[in-house]
Amino acid sequence: MQNIIDQFANAIRTAAERKAPLHICGGGSKEFYGNRIVGQNIDMLDVTAYSGIVAYEPTELVVTARAGTRLADLEGQLHKHRQMLAFEPPHFGTAATLGGCVATGLSGPRRASVGAVRDFVLGVRMLDGRGDDLRFGGQVMKNVAGYDISRLMTGSMGTLGLLLEVSLKVLPLPPMEMTLSLRMRETEAIEKMNLWAGNPLPISATCFCNDALTLRLSGAEAAVRAAHAKLGGEEMAAGAAFWQSVREQTHLFFQPGKSLWRLSMKSTSPPLSLPGQQLIEWGGALRWLMIDAEVDAETVRVAAKTAGGHATLFRSSEVSAAAFHPLAPEMMNIHQRLKEKFDPLGILNPGRMYPEL
Amino acid sequence: MHPLELVNNLRTFLPPEAVLYESEDLKPYECDGLSAYRQTPMIVALPQTEDEVIRILRICHMSETPVVARGAGTGLSGGALPHATGVLLSLVKLKRILEVDPIARTARVQPGVCNLAISEAAAPYGLYYAPDPSSQIACSIGGNVAENSGGVHCLKYGLTVHNIFQLRVVTMAGESLEIGGASLDTPGYDLLALMTGSEGMLGIVTEIMVKLTPSAEKAQVVMAAFDDIRKAANAVANVIAAGIIPAGMEMMDKIATRAVEEYVHVGYNLEAAAILLCEADGTVEEVADEIRHIDEIMRQSGAIEIRTSRDEAERLRFWAGRKAAFPAAGRISPDYYCMDGTIPRKNLARVLGGIERLSTEYGLRCMNVFHAGDGNLHPLILYDANLPGELEKTEEFGAQILEMCIEAGGTITGEHGVGIEKINQMCSQFSNGELKIFHAVKAAFDPEGLLNPGKAVPTLRRCAEHGAMHVHRGEEKFPELPRF
Repeated sequence: MQNIIDQFANAIRTAAERKAPLHICGGGSKEFYGNRIVGQNIDMLDVTAYSGIVAYEPTELVVTARAGTRLADLEGQLHKHRQMLAFEPPHFGTAATLGGCVATGLSGPRRASVGAVRDFVLGVRMLDGRGDDLRFGGQVMKNVAGYDISRLMTGSMGTLGLLLEVSLKVLPLPPMEMTLSLRMRETEAIEKMNLWAGNPLPISATCFCNDALTLRLSGAEAAVRAAHAKLGGEEMAAGAAFWQSVREQTHLFFQPGKSLWRLSMKSTSPPLSLPGQQLIEWGGALRWLMIDAEVDAETVRVAAKTAGGHATLFRSSEVSAAAFHPLAPEMMNIHQRLKEKFDPLGILNPGRMYPEL
Repeated sequence: MHPLELVNNLRTFLPPEAVLYESEDLKPYECDGLSAYRQTPMIVALPQTEDEVIRILRICHMSETPVVARGAGTGLSGGALPHATGVLLSLVKLKRILEVDPIARTARVQPGVCNLAISEAAAPYGLYYAPDPSSQIACSIGGNVAENSGGVHCLKYGLTVHNIFQLRVVTMAGESLEIGGASLDTPGYDLLALMTGSEGMLGIVTEIMVKLTPSAEKAQVVMAAFDDIRKAANAVANVIAAGIIPAGMEMMDKIATRAVEEYVHVGYNLEAAAILLCEADGTVEEVADEIRHIDEIMRQSGAIEIRTSRDEAERLRFWAGRKAAFPAAGRISPDYYCMDGTIPRKNLARVLGGIERLSTEYGLRCMNVFHAGDGNLHPLILYDANLPGELEKTEEFGAQILEMCIEAGGTITGEHGVGIEKINQMCSQFSNGELKIFHAVKAAFDPEGLLNPGKAVPTLRRCAEHGAMHVHRGEEKFPELPRF
């Protein structure tokens, strides 16, 4: 396996000499996400060859795997031991890799109750823009030695380094899950989701769409049944399939040919008056917006900002706007300085996140 | 800038009592919770607002004066040790709880607010702030952010980094940054994580938005005694393997148990090699289910005695001993030195065996308390600072424990931070390339290196001098130790 790392390091050093950008890619399942890489003579750097689980000890609640490991394979191994990646990452295709999951930092329906990818990342091994092989964090839950580079890498879209290996905290699968459906209007749904989140209830996912609030309860059977009795609602038979369709965006709400915006905001924000259709997740903190491509990006961004959040152009049939919400100038300065330190020649996925990085 | 000139500059906007420079006024600031290291600062500044923080930093930046931030001063790694020619920036006067939003489950607080005060303010809404370091009645939330503090419940509820939404930070140049937000994620790099646990090296935190967690309906604890530390360690693994994430899982060895029993009289089993406390919390139904399970696992794992708390008073009593471990150490020894390594739990027996050998070798007693759920080990080395050479011997013993933690696949600090104390061991845990990245991160925020200089990340030169101690990855440093 070391020879593969050497090849990656060589590719980085060669790119640095040529000052030509590298497009880091795994299974390509999240290629649509983010901006196009900018520059001339872009070389692809495919990391899928560096795959496999390095260490997995169920009783330590930690798994370490190579970045090219397929997410499905990794989750399959965990399920054998009745454990899971609790942040429920979206795959967006069978080829999805762990590296892509961590680099994009995307989490699924369980996010609001257990945390995001970044909350479960314990350590990384990576190559920086000089091709240096570096390790940060580790395989233990508590570790405050050095700055938290592992979490900095999470969601950095490959602009700071090439992920080689990631250690993640894993959690046990809940003994039981039940999906409930309740009819209500949007305002009431937002209120209820926030109210319930402030109570000790085993709610592990929420989704509001078309005047229906869907809830998932996870935990010990007695606790799930007690919560059902308290909350009411009708049990949905195909609960698991429903949450998968929301996570993988195969739910009917997600229609091709339109622009999909992801608005992340304060969970208590009232309903947004924007054109198009919305689907709400994460107890009100995540709002998906499906609109015609020609709707002005600025309108969406202002609405998100006003609600204490930000908007990402998640999928779009045409490149109509930058993917990510603009940063305040002083924040962009810090970002640029960090980028300069990790990738002095700016060859790692330049422009994928912001044109300046 | 001459110290008096600096004092005068600061006094143009700070009241006289907020700028200290007479030696008797400086004395209380000469150390934090790690009293083995002491240094009088040149000046102590006590701002009351973010605006004052900004003005202080601008003046210090201009005059190239080092600045060391300090919260409640309860830190255990010397992170707030002052700089001899620097300003000690005490944030205790920024102590207002600005807002509690019970619906969004957040609170906005200033850095000097005490950890426990947040939970108290949130309690009327059935909410609390989850991270509970043992110093929570005294430590400040700003310090918690600087150290990424944990506590006994962090396996289930996370560390500081998992429980904050947003920070307002002032850079050394006096620029304000808003990092994070009211949403569950923010665009750009995860600077919120980078800032958390950065030990006052990157910026000064002036406001924090924390996440509040609904209080559990019920909590109950199982106390199990084992005649062998390996059986106790296996019991912990068996609980996890059964799919249970306990709210807290703590272990004490025999010396620790005896010391705390003498102090708080809980009724711990004094013959046990290890005592395990395993807590379940949640809804009434969840807790009943989990406790039944835990009890069964403890039995199967060979516990010689099992007791389950019958009511809240008894639960608190069971915990009282564990929480009193540090003062109990202080009762049986003039001084104690608290270590903070984390190891993969499977290596617990091996590392404890190693500590026992070192204890004999150095002729120093050591009691062990252990956040068993997450592998965070707190050996307390008992010593007497008045005996010549004993502190040095203790520090050497401690350093060896840390090296052992690294070899066992762990880390030199789980929650107390590197500060000044573990700076040499950083050279063992990280390569030069990795340390260079740390320095680069520091430079991205504080190019002149004026914030908390000399802490948290060693210079490469220091590591070269410390090189003799370097442990290479995968190489056993103590091949003579038994491995079981």
